[in-house]
Amino acid sequence: MSKKQVVSSTINGQQVEFLTEPQQSLLECLRDTLGLTGSKEGCNDGNCGACSVLIDDRLVNACLMLGMEIDGKDVVTVEGLSNIHELHPIQEAFVLEDGLQCGYCTPGFIVATKALLDKNANPTEDEIRFWLAGNLCRCTGYDKIVRSVRLASQLMNDANEDLQ
Amino acid sequence: MSKKMIERDKHISVGTRPERMDAKDKVTGHALYGTDISLPGLLHGRVLRSPHAHARIVSIDTSKAEALPGVFAVVIANDLPEADDRTEKAGESTINYKFLRDNNLASDKVLYVGHAVAALAAKSPDVAQTALESIEVEYEILEPVLDVRHAMSDQTQVLHEQIRTDGPDGSGDTPSNIAQHIRHVKGDLNKGFSDADVIVEREFTTVPVHQSYLESHAATAVWSMDGTLTIYSSTQGAFLARNQVSELLQYPMAKIKVIPTEVGGAFGGKNPTYVEAPAALLARKTGRPVRVVMSREEVILGTGPGSGTAIKVKVGATKLGKITAVQAELCYEAGAYPGSPVHPGAMAMFAAYDIPNGQIDGYDVLVNKPRVAAYRAPGAPQSAFACEQIIDEVAQNLGMDGVEFRMKNAASEGTVRLDGSLHKSIAIKEILGVIEDHPHYNEPIEGPNQGRGVAIGFWDNWGARSSVEINVNSDGTVNLISGSVDLTGSRTTVAMQAADVLEIPFDNVKSSMVDTDSISYTDTSAGSRTTMATGLAAVEAARDVLAKLKVEVADMWNVSLDSVIYSQGVFGTTESNSESITFADLAAKLSGQINGHGNVNVENWAGAGGGTIVDVEVDPETGQVKVLRCTAIQNAGKAIHPGHVEGQMQGGVVQGIGWALYEGYQYDELGHVLNANLLDYKLPTSLDVPSVEAVIIEKPFPSNPYGARGVGETPIISPAPAIANAIQQALGKRIDQLPMTPTRLLEKIGVI
Amino acid sequence: MKTFAYEAPVTIDQTITLMSQTQGQTLLLAGGTDLLVQLRASNTDVDLVIDVKNIPELNQVIYDEFLGLVIGAAAPCSQIYESSPILENFPAIIDAATIIGGKAIQNRASFGGNLCNASPSGDAIGAMMSLGAICNVVGLEGARNIPIEEFCIAPGKNVLAKGEMLISIQIPCPKPNSGSNYQRFTPRAEMDIAVAGVGASIELNSDLDRILSARIALIAVAPTPVLATEASESLIGQKPSRSTFENAANVAKETISPITDVRGSAAQRKHLIGVLTRRCLDIAVNRAGYVS
Repeated sequence: MSKKQVVSSTINGQQVEFLTEPQQSLLECLRDTLGLTGSKEGCNDGNCGACSVLIDDRLVNACLMLGMEIDGKDVVTVEGLSNIHELHPIQEAFVLEDGLQCGYCTPGFIVATKALLDKNANPTEDEIRFWLAGNLCRCTGYDKIVRSVRLASQLMNDANEDLQ
Repeated sequence: MSKKMIERDKHISVGTRPERMDAKDKVTGHALYGTDISLPGLLHGRVLRSPHAHARIVSIDTSKAEALPGVFAVVIANDLPEADDRTEKAGESTINYKFLRDNNLASDKVLYVGHAVAALAAKSPDVAQTALESIEVEYEILEPVLDVRHAMSDQTQVLHEQIRTDGPDGSGDTPSNIAQHIRHVKGDLNKGFSDADVIVEREFTTVPVHQSYLESHAATAVWSMDGTLTIYSSTQGAFLARNQVSELLQYPMAKIKVIPTEVGGAFGGKNPTYVEAPAALLARKTGRPVRVVMSREEVILGTGPGSGTAIKVKVGATKLGKITAVQAELCYEAGAYPGSPVHPGAMAMFAAYDIPNGQIDGYDVLVNKPRVAAYRAPGAPQSAFACEQIIDEVAQNLGMDGVEFRMKNAASEGTVRLDGSLHKSIAIKEILGVIEDHPHYNEPIEGPNQGRGVAIGFWDNWGARSSVEINVNSDGTVNLISGSVDLTGSRTTVAMQAADVLEIPFDNVKSSMVDTDSISYTDTSAGSRTTMATGLAAVEAARDVLAKLKVEVADMWNVSLDSVIYSQGVFGTTESNSESITFADLAAKLSGQINGHGNVNVENWAGAGGGTIVDVEVDPETGQVKVLRCTAIQNAGKAIHPGHVEGQMQGGVVQGIGWALYEGYQYDELGHVLNANLLDYKLPTSLDVPSVEAVIIEKPFPSNPYGARGVGETPIISPAPAIANAIQQALGKRIDQLPMTPTRLLEKIGVI
Repeated sequence: MKTFAYEAPVTIDQTITLMSQTQGQTLLLAGGTDLLVQLRASNTDVDLVIDVKNIPELNQVIYDEFLGLVIGAAAPCSQIYESSPILENFPAIIDAATIIGGKAIQNRASFGGNLCNASPSGDAIGAMMSLGAICNVVGLEGARNIPIEEFCIAPGKNVLAKGEMLISIQIPCPKPNSGSNYQRFTPRAEMDIAVAGVGASIELNSDLDRILSARIALIAVAPTPVLATEASESLIGQKPSRSTFENAANVAKETISPITDVRGSAAQRKHLIGVLTRRCLDIAVNRAGYVS
């Protein structure tokens, strides 16, 4: 058994130190060690996107990283997008457009959508479908997810205009 | 803010689109699924699975694994008591407890690669996984039986020595892999075919497909000192899971509490239990909570897919376009234990048509593959793939438009089906009418190698037992609890119906799913029943609340009970114009002790028809099929929540597209699954499918207070044959196998 | 996964020392998109996993008119295609970098990892091979340069000796009037693995009407990605045309003996190589400036 090692990183805006065995995936660390169960395991080999998180603002699959690899990095999971009082506009959009059914893939889609809209505030339907191809949904048939992303884009743009 | 939000704030329930009650927890990652449950002292259970498709277990030695540091307990089949040879209905499927026991932990034989043989609990998933290698199992390898036709022949190895064919003429004499032979007969088959001007006969095959819910099976079991076994499970039927565990452990139902978690998709595949009983055994042995979560590979190898099939079909029709006779032979793989959906497959096959003469022979066939489980309209997509292609071909041979031909032969209320039942109110003709008038059907196809296909289907749905209770709080809000596991929004749709009857704002109803200790028996969330049947229980419970409140009002005002009226949230009496009290004011006076019960056993429900129009483009050089446009039409009776109905239709259609083009188990000759992962078992991504247009038609079912019908299953039935018909139009080739992969198309085109 | 030790050195020297001093199996970790899947699936014993993402040389994508394009062995696909201004002469590289996995994979998966993993179906290998890439390798014995077509020796096996590591892949500056393309066939539109793939680079004469040189690489049709030498040579001196490409495609088809597996049949792969070679050459010559 390898000795546990300390990893220091920023997770959802908070400085966090935790212990991990080197072979533990980031997904295991998030879910089992840190209690952040919003990121889901669907396939554990990078084919479903249910464990999508952001590392230094980049979209990654937490199942394909070791916990050790986030030392010194900034991690955002689905839990980090909202607080108890207010949903993130992307989350609000998924609620309004019925962009979920069982909801298991939803955290991954929401994180992937954030990565998309941070890069491209006004994606077309094709761009949305292309970007989200790494996230599998078995319930919705994707239409209402695509609509959710478009509404999210609109809500975020409206909010930005209000700020200006 | 968008217009939709304002609409959401309206307080009229049925037929509107309120926000899902579980949505906010799900979009923020707070919702707890089966895989998320953790308890103090939790141990991690893993299951050892057979590497062989067919073998006798000679011995199992668990001593080395038990001795490993960090391993707390190992269990095998002997840890389970003997089970009764008894069969119970589970959704559209059935469960035999003896077979369920062997499917949970194999006793004498392993019958498929991935069959559970032992389970152990350890301090971490990694330790548990590694410890599995230390369990020593000696196998005597037997010949695997993988092909359904081969399995049916006399010369084949049988899976179960004790099984005799249960046939229309009684039971067989010798062991057989055909567990059951069913027959539906109507009219005079020979006369029917002799009256035909055109007869088409074809054979079709399909391979097993997996429901592929994104959350795997997960159960966490813990025993209390008083003997209560509590199981958190991602099952789609909490009571069904409780009853299965009770049978498997021979333990009283009253002492087993199943707490349903949020469920990450089920589609019929989470009716049987796999990990609940092993988790319970391990928890009992260790005295600690044990969580067993399957990996994706285990889900594909070890849990029920939908049946692979071989289907022969023959249809005759007159020049004028009337079907005179149909005949079909449906051979459905059951997997390792009996119970394929050949019954519903046979029921649904020609149910959309008025067939004067017909015969269907259905076979439930054992093969060395995982025992099938229900998958969304179980059995029907396979038989529709055959039926709707041959219907198209007959129409083509007659020089008739496929929709027109279907219209001439469409079933309607009063049609006697081949299985002998009488169609209630259905809307096949209306669906065909919508197809005929839809722009999608009428706009020209744009490019070369493109084709348009149409197919329709019918599904019977289910009714069964549901329980709802409503408690009225002193502030006028109500709590609604139900025994139904909420898979895709039924908490919301059930509450909408209660709010409607109570005539109170939807936002004043808080709806929850509860554990098996907290409410009376409720059947599994399957068979498209939940919004309809549990909704009916909610209607009954709400009516019970109103009846009790009226008694209170009559007492309070000293008026006769018959005189008390209730409208738009206000009680009054016909004996006086001056008395009135709102629901909320009355609730305040009653200190929160009014409750209503709704316990229903719905025996009168209605099926639902639907159809698909699809455009495809085929790349004739690569065999790739792109679905360009897709329209789904369905009779919902009454769409309680139109957004949810659209979602069911779009999701079902995309599963149908996956089945048509991408999905299917691939085996080697020894029965190993070659694609037990989500790279090679290919689910459609957002880029592979268009936005499906959902057209809801509402022909009410008169026996439901809102006219509602089940909607969840029908949408998966017709996409595959519609796509096949579209490919046929594009290429001039008929594809008789699912999935219709590029390899298969290139072979049909003749370039490879 | 079984347990192992983990190190994240910051220099090449430290890495080589770790590799050579560790008893037992050491593995280098770049993006991990293949490595972690393999470790999990095989449950193999590994003693040390060395994360190379903290080594600056392995994480750069640079362009130099003498060296050409230098892709650090650990640079992920997204870093590669986001360096697009310097990649404009290497379109096949962008083609491959944008079709590997989805966005989340592209943020981790590296061309170097794809190469070291030596999968017969490595898209990045096909693209780089068509462009005549050289692998820069360093070990205890010093540095060596390996032509990419000699790097993979069997499925999952490469030529690296114990203690050797891939530092970067160097792609020479394309000649004037040249163009390249990489394409593959997958059943799904994205998030899929190639049934067959073809990379091609083409150099035209100054009149843009004759092919001066060509390199065609084929993937998923042999134990390793391979150069289609005869097909490439068949193009030299030819005028770009459908029949020229079809001829080369037929030659390419005839030089391979693919296998049937879960992803496709041998006949299908052979056929696809024909189709993809023709399509790939067509795009490559157009990118080279050919106007039909």
